[in-house]
Amino acid sequence: MSNKQKNQAVQYKRLSMVSYFLHGSVHFFVLSILSSFIVTLSEMFMPQVVRFMVDNVLGADPSQEVNTVGKVMLSWGGLDYLKARIWLFAVVLVVIALVAAVFRYTVNLMNNKGAQTLMERMRNVLFAHIQKLPFAWHMQNKTGDIIQRCTSDVDRICVFISEQLVSLVRIVILVIMSLTFMYSMNIKLAIFATFSLPVVVLYSMYFHNKIGSRFGECDVQEGVLSAIAQENLTGVRVVRAFGREKFEKDRFEAQNEKYAGLWVRLMNLMALFWSSGDFISGLQVMLVLVFGTVLCVRGEISTGTFIAFISYNSMLTWPVRALGRVISEMSKAGISIDRIIYIMNSPIEQDKPGAAEADMHGDIEYSHVSFGYEENIPVVEDVSFKIKAGTTFGILGGTGSGKSTLMLLLDRLYGLKPDQGEITVGGVNIEDIKAEWLRRNIGIVLQEPFLFSRTIAENIGITQHNMPIEKVRRAAKIAAVDDSITQFAKGYDTIVGERGVTLSGGQKQRTAIARMLTQEAPIMIFDDSLSAVDAETDAAIRHALKENLSGATVILISHRVTTLMGADQILVLDKGRVAELGTHEELLNIENGIYHKIYDMQMKMPEEEEVKQNE
Amino acid sequence: MSKQDENKEYVKLPFFGIPKLLPFMKPYRVKILTMMAMGVVTSGMDIVWPLFTQYAINHFIADTTLKGLPVFILLYVLCLGIQVLMSYISCSYAGQIEMYIGRDLKRESFNHLQNLSFSYFNQNSVGYILARVMSDTGRIGGMVSWDLMDSVWNLSYLIGVIISMLLLNWKLALIVLIIVPFTTVVSVYFQKHLVVLNRKIREINSQISGNFNEGITGAKTTKTLVVEEKMEQDFNATSKEMKVTSVQAARYRSMFGSLISFASYLALALVLWRGGILTLDGLMLIGTLSVFMSYALGMMEPIQWIVRAISSLIQVQVNVERLTRLLSTVPDVKDTPEVIEKYGDSFEPKKENWEPLHGDIEFKDVSFKYPDGDEYVLEHFNLKVPQGTNVAIVGETGAGKSTLVNLVCRFFEPTEGQVLIDGRDARERSQLWLHSNIGYVLQTPHLFSGTVKENLLYGKPDATMEQIEDAVRKVSADGVIARMDKGYDSQVGEGGDLLSTGEKQLLSFARAILADPRIFVLDEATSSIDTVTEKLIQDAIESLMKGRTSFVIAHRLSTIRQADVILVVKDGKIIESGTHRELLAKRGYYYDLYTQQYQEENIQSAYQAL
Repeated sequence: MSNKQKNQAVQYKRLSMVSYFLHGSVHFFVLSILSSFIVTLSEMFMPQVVRFMVDNVLGADPSQEVNTVGKVMLSWGGLDYLKARIWLFAVVLVVIALVAAVFRYTVNLMNNKGAQTLMERMRNVLFAHIQKLPFAWHMQNKTGDIIQRCTSDVDRICVFISEQLVSLVRIVILVIMSLTFMYSMNIKLAIFATFSLPVVVLYSMYFHNKIGSRFGECDVQEGVLSAIAQENLTGVRVVRAFGREKFEKDRFEAQNEKYAGLWVRLMNLMALFWSSGDFISGLQVMLVLVFGTVLCVRGEISTGTFIAFISYNSMLTWPVRALGRVISEMSKAGISIDRIIYIMNSPIEQDKPGAAEADMHGDIEYSHVSFGYEENIPVVEDVSFKIKAGTTFGILGGTGSGKSTLMLLLDRLYGLKPDQGEITVGGVNIEDIKAEWLRRNIGIVLQEPFLFSRTIAENIGITQHNMPIEKVRRAAKIAAVDDSITQFAKGYDTIVGERGVTLSGGQKQRTAIARMLTQEAPIMIFDDSLSAVDAETDAAIRHALKENLSGATVILISHRVTTLMGADQILVLDKGRVAELGTHEELLNIENGIYHKIYDMQMKMPEEEEVKQNE
Repeated sequence: MSKQDENKEYVKLPFFGIPKLLPFMKPYRVKILTMMAMGVVTSGMDIVWPLFTQYAINHFIADTTLKGLPVFILLYVLCLGIQVLMSYISCSYAGQIEMYIGRDLKRESFNHLQNLSFSYFNQNSVGYILARVMSDTGRIGGMVSWDLMDSVWNLSYLIGVIISMLLLNWKLALIVLIIVPFTTVVSVYFQKHLVVLNRKIREINSQISGNFNEGITGAKTTKTLVVEEKMEQDFNATSKEMKVTSVQAARYRSMFGSLISFASYLALALVLWRGGILTLDGLMLIGTLSVFMSYALGMMEPIQWIVRAISSLIQVQVNVERLTRLLSTVPDVKDTPEVIEKYGDSFEPKKENWEPLHGDIEFKDVSFKYPDGDEYVLEHFNLKVPQGTNVAIVGETGAGKSTLVNLVCRFFEPTEGQVLIDGRDARERSQLWLHSNIGYVLQTPHLFSGTVKENLLYGKPDATMEQIEDAVRKVSADGVIARMDKGYDSQVGEGGDLLSTGEKQLLSFARAILADPRIFVLDEATSSIDTVTEKLIQDAIESLMKGRTSFVIAHRLSTIRQADVILVVKDGKIIESGTHRELLAKRGYYYDLYTQQYQEENIQSAYQAL
C-alpha cells in the first residue's frame, strides 16, 4: 500500500468514527450553520440601510442610484414621507437587529446543544464499550491513559467539531457574503478590500503553528516543574532527614526560572502576533479609507457606499484572523480521534453463537486445564478435579500456586482456548454458557475487594434494582458487618470508596461478602476472603454461612489449613499442579504429604521454638 | 479543617485580596504602570480611528478635494505605528508580569514549604499543597496582568468614547448613553448565573472522570457481579446531568451574547434616528454621524468585558486566600535567632560552627501531644539511649509508633520536657545540624527522579565513586545495579517507579549508609518481598546499625529480637518495654502480638519450606 493510500485509509477511518459519534447531534450543527447564514445576511443589510439613508435621504444629491433596501422603503410613501419619519430607519434597523439577535441565539445554542449531545454520546458509548471489553484488556492498558482518552481526547474532538469546524463554515459564509456585497457595490474598491485576506490567513497560520509548538514546550516544562514539587512534597521526610532543603530549593528555582522564561518567550511571540496583526488590518482599513475617499471625490462612489464599505471591511478583520488559527489547530484533533478509535476497535467480550443459559446446579469439573497469562509461563498446568454439586470444596496453596487463577477461569474472566482443557458445569462447557448467565450464577468474593463510590446499602444491593433494605441487612448480618455499619454516623447511607469513608480491610471484605450473598448464586467462591478478619469473626461468619447456604456449591480458597479443615473435599495446589486431593482426614494420613506438613507447621506454637532456642 | 477549605469556592477579601499581593507586585511596579499607561494609549487610538473617517467624509468628500491627503495618510500611519507599538509593549509586559509574579509566588511558597513543620504535611494532602504551588500562583499571575489590563483597556475605551461623543454632540451622546445602564445590568445578571453554572459543571466533570476511573479499576468486580448495565445506567445519568447543565449554561451564554449585540444595534438605531434628524436639519455633518455610528456599535462589548474581568477578580480571591494562608503558616518547629546566628539556617548553614554528633540521646520528662490532637501520647517519659544502642519500637499499624522517632528527629518538639542530644537540649542547635547526622530509611522508600547515582548522592553530594561503591556493597545492592542496563547512570523514574519495591529499599539503604549518619532511623517495610531480597535487606540493616544509635520501627517482630530495648506501643502510648526475652516472659501485649505474628509467618513459610 502506498503512503497516500495509507493516509486515505486513516482519514477514512477517522471520518467514519466521527460520523458514527455525530449520530444524533449532526442536525444541531446543521441548524446552527443555517441560522448563522441568516445572522450574517441580516448583518449585511444593516450597512445598506445606512447607505440608503446617507445617500438618498440625508444627501443632497437625488441622482444617486437607490439600493434594494431603499426601493422597499421608498415604496412606503416616497422620499418626503421618509424624510418626515426618520424614526422609520431606526425601526427597520431594530427589526433587522431583532432577527439577527434571535438567530444569533439559535446559532450558539444549537452549536452548544450539538456539542453537548455529541459529548454525551461519546462518553456513554465509550463507557459502555469499556465495560464490555474483556478483563484481559483491562489488565493490559493503563488506567490513567484510558481515562485521559475518555476525557481530554473527547473534549478535544468536541471542541474541534463544535468550535473549529463550525466556525470555519461560518467564517467562510461571512467572507463570501461580505465580498459579494462589496463587489456588487464597487469592484475597484472591493479589490483593495480583498487582497490582504490571503496574506492574513497565511500569516496567522504561520504564527499559530509556531505558537502551538512553543505551547508544547511550556506544557512539558510545567510537567517537569510540577513533578519536582510533587516529589519534594511526597518525599518531605527524606529531604528533611538528609538536610537537603537548599538543594531542593536550588533545583526548583532553576526549573521555575526556565518555566517562566519559556512562557515569557511564548507571550512575546503572541504579543508580536497580535500587534503585527493589528498593523496589517490597520493598513487594510487605511487602504479602503484612502482609496474610498479618492473614488468618492472622483464621484465614482457615493458617501453612503463609502461608509458601507468601511463597515463591511471591519466585519472581516477578526474572522479572517481566526481562520488561520482554526486551520492550524485542525490537525491536532486527528490524533485524538485515533486514540479513541483504539478503544472502540478493541473487540468486546462475546458469547459463542448458540450459548445457552445452562442449569448451574450441577457438578463442576475441570479437565486438563492449563493456563498462563503470558505465553510459555504457565500458571496452572493440567489440572483436573471434580466438585460435587452442593458440597464445600477447599483449595489450599501458597502465594502464586494458581488458586485464584482457577476461579477466574471458572467465571470466564479469562477464556480457555480449545487446547487448554475445559471446565464444565453440569456437563456443559462454560464456553457454551452465556457469560452474563454464568457470572450471575457464580458469586465471587475477590481477594482484594473493590467497593464503588456510593453508599454501603447501594454497594451491597448493587446486584439488584432497588433492593429492599431488609435484604441488604440480612446479608450484612450473615457477613457479620451489620454491627460495624450501624456504628457509622450515617449507617447504611455512609458513602464509601474513593470519595467517601475508608473502610478497614476486614470491613471491606465483609461488605463484599454481604454483596455477594445478595446474588443468591448456586455457586459461591470465597477467594481468601477472610484474611483481614480476626479468627473469632472468621469462625462466626463461617458458621453463619453454613446455616444459610444449604444447597449451594461453595469453594473456599485459603493458605490456612484451619479455614479449610471442615470442607467436604480439599485440593492441594502446588506450583500450578494438583498435588493432593481428599478429605481432611485422608490428606492427613498421607505420610510426608504436603497437606500433612503444612498442617503440622501451621499448628505449631511459638513456645516450642523459643524453648529450643533458650536451651 | 483543610478538607473543608478544599471545597470552598468563594471567599471575600477587602479589595479582592490585592493588598496581600502588593509585596509581590512591587518589584514590577514600573512594568505594571507602563502596561496600564500603554493600555490607555492603545484604547485611546481606538477612539481616534472613527475620527479619521469623519475627517475624510466631512473634509475630502464633502469639499470634493484631495488636498492634504498625503498628510492624512502620514498621520494615519503614525497613529497606527504608535498603537501597534504600544499594544505590543503592553501585551508583552502583561505576559512578563503574569509569568514573573507567578514564578516569584511559586518560589516563595516552595521555599516556605521547605521550612514548614510535619504537622502541616500531616494535615494537608500533597494534592492540596501542590495545587497551591502550581495553579493558585498561575491564576494570581493571570489576574494581576491580563485581568488588570482588560479592565484598564476596556474602561478607558468606554470613558474615552463617552467623552468623545459628548464633545462631538452632547445631546446625541446622552441619547446613546441610555443603553449603557441596560447593558450593565444585563451583563451582571448573566455573569452571576454563569459563574454558578460553571462551578457546577466543573463538579460534574470531576465526577465523570471519577466514574471512568471506577469503571476501569473496578472492571473485575463489575464483571463478576454482572452489573455492567447498572454501571452504564448510572454513568449515563451523570453524563445526562452534565449535558443538561452545560446546555443551560449555553442558553445563558447565548442569550447574553445576543442581548449585548442587540444593544449595540439598538444604540445604532438611536443614532440613526436622532442623528438623522439633526443631519437633515443641517445641525450635524454626515461624517460626524458616521463616527457616532461606529461608537454606538463598539461601546457595548467593552461593558461585557469589564463585567467579566470583575467576575474573574471575585473568583481569584479564593486562590489568593489559600496561597497567602500557606505563606503565613508559621512552622511549629523553628530554630531560635541565636541558633540561626551560630549554626545558620536550612538554606545557608554555617557548617564551620557545627559540633560533631556523638549519638547519646535522652528523653527527659517528655510529655507530648500532636498539634492537631487533644490527648497526650507521652506523659513524663524518660529514656536514656546511650551511643550505639539499638531501640526497637513495635505495635500494630496506626498505633503511633512514629512518635518517638519524630521527637528524636525533631520533626516535632516535646510539649513539655526535653530531648537531649549528647547532653544538650536539641533546640540549642539547628535542625539542619541534627538532620545532617541522621540516616532515615522509610517504610515506603522514596527515590527522586534522576539516575541511581544522583539518588545515592542525595545524602552526601561530595562522595567519591569508591565511597558509593563501598556503600552499595555493604548493603548488597551491587547486584541490583549490575542488573540495570546503564549501571549507576540508569534512570529510576518518577518516585523510583522503574524499580521494584525491594530494589528501591536497597538503594535507600545505600543512600543512608553513604551519608554515614551517627543516628539511624529505620521505618521497616511491611510489604512482603521475595525471600532472597528479604534476606539481603535483613543483612543490610544489621551492617547499617553497627556502632550507631538506632531506632527501628518494626512490623515484623522476628527481625528485632536482638534489639537492646523494645518499646511496645498501643493506642499511641508506650505500654511495655524491655528485651525480647523479658517481654515474652511477661506474657503481656507483646507476647500476644508475637504469637499471632509467629503463626502467620509460619503459615506463609510452610509453603516455602516445601
